[in-house]
Parts: sequence; C-alpha cells; structure tokens
Amino acid sequence: MIPSEITELLTARFGPAVLESKLDGVIDPWVKIAPDRIRDVAIFLRDDRTQFDTLMCLTGMDYTGGKLGVVYHLASTTLGHKITLKVDATIENPHVQSVEAVWKTANWHEREAYDMIGIVFDGHPDLRRMLCPYDWEGHPLRKDYQVPEYYNGMKVPY
Amino acid sequence: MGLLDQKFDNSNIIITTMDDLLNWARLSSIWGMQFGLACCAIEMMATGASHYDLDRFGTFFRASPRQSDVMIVAGTVTLKMASRIKTLYDQMSEPRYVLSMGSCSNCGGPYWEHGYHVLKGVDRVIPVDVYVPGCPPRPEALMEGLLKLQEKIRANSSVRTKSA
Repeated sequence: MIPSEITELLTARFGPAVLESKLDGVIDPWVKIAPDRIRDVAIFLRDDRTQFDTLMCLTGMDYTGGKLGVVYHLASTTLGHKITLKVDATIENPHVQSVEAVWKTANWHEREAYDMIGIVFDGHPDLRRMLCPYDWEGHPLRKDYQVPEYYNGMKVPY
Repeated sequence: MGLLDQKFDNSNIIITTMDDLLNWARLSSIWGMQFGLACCAIEMMATGASHYDLDRFGTFFRASPRQSDVMIVAGTVTLKMASRIKTLYDQMSEPRYVLSMGSCSNCGGPYWEHGYHVLKGVDRVIPVDVYVPGCPPRPEALMEGLLKLQEKIRANSSVRTKSA
C-alpha cells in the first residue's frame, strides 16, 4: 500500500487523532498522531490490513523552543511497505502513550528516549534510565542541557 | 644491571641484592588484568595475539584483580564505570600498577569537549603509573609502555622502604 492509502485508512478510522501529514517529501512520508491515541493507532496498524509488524526505530526528538517529539518508523515484513509516525509533546507536558504492549522492541527504545530526552511514556512497565547511571540528573540530549560540574565526587568537565 | 638470568656463566650461584632479585622477578612476569573497555581493547588483544606477542614479556591476562599486577585501562571510561574501576583497583593486591592506554583514559580523548558522561582521564579516580598516548596506540606503543613500566619496577626499592 502506498502512504496516501495508509493515511486515508487512518483518517477514516481515527478522524481527529490524525493531525497532519507530509507525504511528498524526499524521504520518509510521515503522519502526525495525537499523543493520547498513539496506542490505538499502533494496534490498528499492526493488526488490520496494513500489517505493520515491525517497529524499526523509535526516536525521541528535541525540536528547540520547548517542543519535544517521538518519531516511529514502522515496516511490514509481509506486505513490504513502510510509514513514519510522529507525535508531539512539550517540556511542560512530556507524556506520550507507550506502544510497548504493541511492539516489544519499544521497551528499550522508550527507555532510551526517556533517558536522553525526558519523554514520559504512560503505560510502560519499567520506565527507568538505561544509558546514564540511575542517579543521573537531567536529560542529556536536550538542546538546553548543561553538563554538571561534579558527579559523585568526580569532576565532569575537562 | 642486566637480567639476572644472564649472570649464570659457569656456576649455579649468583650474588645480588634483594631489591634486584625482587624487581627482576616482578618485572619479568607482569600479569595484567583484563580491562578492555572500548576500541583500545581491540589493540590490546592484537598486542597479545601472535603477531605482536605479549607473552614473551611474561604478560598474560588474568580475569581477577587479586591475581594481577597491572591494570591496563584500555578504552573510554564513563562515569558509570569509574566507580567500578575504583572498586577493582582497591581489590588489587600490592604491588599494583596502572597503565593508561589510549587518549580516552589519558585525558578524555576525543570526548573531552562535549562528552557529558565521559571521565576526562582515568587518573581522576585512580593513580596512574604509565600513560600510553594514541588513538588507539599501536601494539608497539603499548609494548613500549609496558617496557617503561618494567623500568619503573626496576627502579623500585621495596626492601629499603620497609625498613625506613
């Protein structure tokens, strides 16, 4: 199925949860979904006609100006098509529904997005830091991140 | 002073000092602790392999800190790992030495400017005896570092310090 068919299918089923889409770029046609409906959209995309059974990558994003986001790259091994989903969040409200129940690989991807960008995934069974130590403060890959001076007695900057 | 095993010409008795004997014994069999963290570990493995052989210096790698003389810190030291390095260094039995291999463990390496989770030099947590520069250092450079460590051990005076 081509991306415009998938977008029409989503708009017909979910209506106002599909916020916008850009299907004619050079790479990666994407569809933006509301952050509190992403799990229902994910279950529909996995189980219905589109059969997206693989979440290739889940990435946390920091668009500057207090705007965060998540980008999902989905692929279907049976039908051979791909689509990209985008979800927006803000620093004041960084909550996005977790898709861990839909694709198990999202378990670690969402933990990394939480660790690095600070997006809180509602419904994740084990949301804790993965790359940084457990008592680290702050989310390092945000654009306004400041390196701490000391961590447990060790001087961090050069 | 050369190596003690060259002094046996036609008899089986040599006369030497206790310092020389102890130092010769220690530098001829430096057992290293496996501490490969990142890319320098690959070069350390290459140095220990057959082409550039570390076994001819009496070095082979032990898995336990209690059985090793030198800890070759090969690779980037993150802050998460630094507390573990301190624990392992404390568990080594004396005489113990540390050889810092590569830029990352010398001074933070290529991550000195923006690395938020990199310890800028392993000498911020443990005392280092020999620094081997390079990214990664060639096997010959690591062997020169080991030979420098041998010179340092040769100049050691363990007997005199204990009585002082």
